Amino acid sequence: MRRELLAGLRADRAAKRPVVVATDLAGGEVRLLHPFEAGEPAGALLRAARGAAERDRSEVAEVEGREWFLRVFNPPVRVVIVGAVHVAQALGPMCRLCGFDVHVVDPRRSFATAERFPGQALSTEWPDEALARLHPDRRTAVVTMTHDPKIDDPGLVAALRSPAFYVGALGSKKTQAARRERLRRQGIADAELDRIHGPVGLALGAVSPGEIAVSILAQLVGRLRRPEGAPAP
Amino acid sequence: MSEGDEVLDQAQAWSDAGLGVALATVTSTWGSALRPAGSQLAVNDQGAFAGSVSGGCVEAAVVLEALETIRDGKPRRLKYGVSDEKAWEVGMACGGTIAIYVEKVE
Repeated sequence: MRRELLAGLRADRAAKRPVVVATDLAGGEVRLLHPFEAGEPAGALLRAARGAAERDRSEVAEVEGREWFLRVFNPPVRVVIVGAVHVAQALGPMCRLCGFDVHVVDPRRSFATAERFPGQALSTEWPDEALARLHPDRRTAVVTMTHDPKIDDPGLVAALRSPAFYVGALGSKKTQAARRERLRRQGIADAELDRIHGPVGLALGAVSPGEIAVSILAQLVGRLRRPEGAPAP
Repeated sequence: MSEGDEVLDQAQAWSDAGLGVALATVTSTWGSALRPAGSQLAVNDQGAFAGSVSGGCVEAAVVLEALETIRDGKPRRLKYGVSDEKAWEVGMACGGTIAIYVEKVE
């Protein structure tokens, strides 16, 4: 791989631009492809790169008689945390260790402070405004944590109207039942309400903020990697 | 920042520092393998490495091959599995097989 190509790849990563490194395993040729951008030279290799990027899976592909390895570099998974609360202080850094891009949103300025969230992207917008800006896609997770319907509900409604792969809401079964009732009255269908993981997280008996964050992160990774909920092989 | 970026950043930093660098990338896996296709290991000419291509089973062997690639500039295609005759030294404890492509950064 040429040094210039490595620099270009790192620039694309920094710009959060999907990119595929195609390597001819026999000849050693390396190409940088942008599978979703207009203006890329069309062809069978670009189509193969697009398929791999859509599956988020690096793979070997036979294209026009040549054996290529397609290394997919998708932009990071995003996690939007609504509620700059204690559990969020643990969940944010843990998500970042997994390589996820984290956004913490809380209109309460005393919660969303840089002192409480060092190095964290923070916003004091209302969750519906923040989500309109962040535009959740299939590689975005949204977790609400304030316990305050005034703040959580607009975030959940925005999340449910997006293709976000994971939607979670902190709160007990009782809280979740009341939440479903409120959102149903706002016109959200049962099938949509079923997308909410509430109580959020795997039932680990987690107690401390760090442990609760583990249960949420574990569930979130499960939805990311096994979207159909298939059992482990 | 994801783990893949850390490997690329390290490769770039070593290269900028004037060190010889190779990248080893898992291209295929069969059976159980801890790290999926696309996992990368950056190696410099001093034998230091960053990232991983397995659960630690074959990294030492891959580093030696990468040093050869840094020396002669030629890409290498490697395969490790339990059926390998060298399995006793560099086998995949988890029972899988992995293919790796090693190339020089130049």
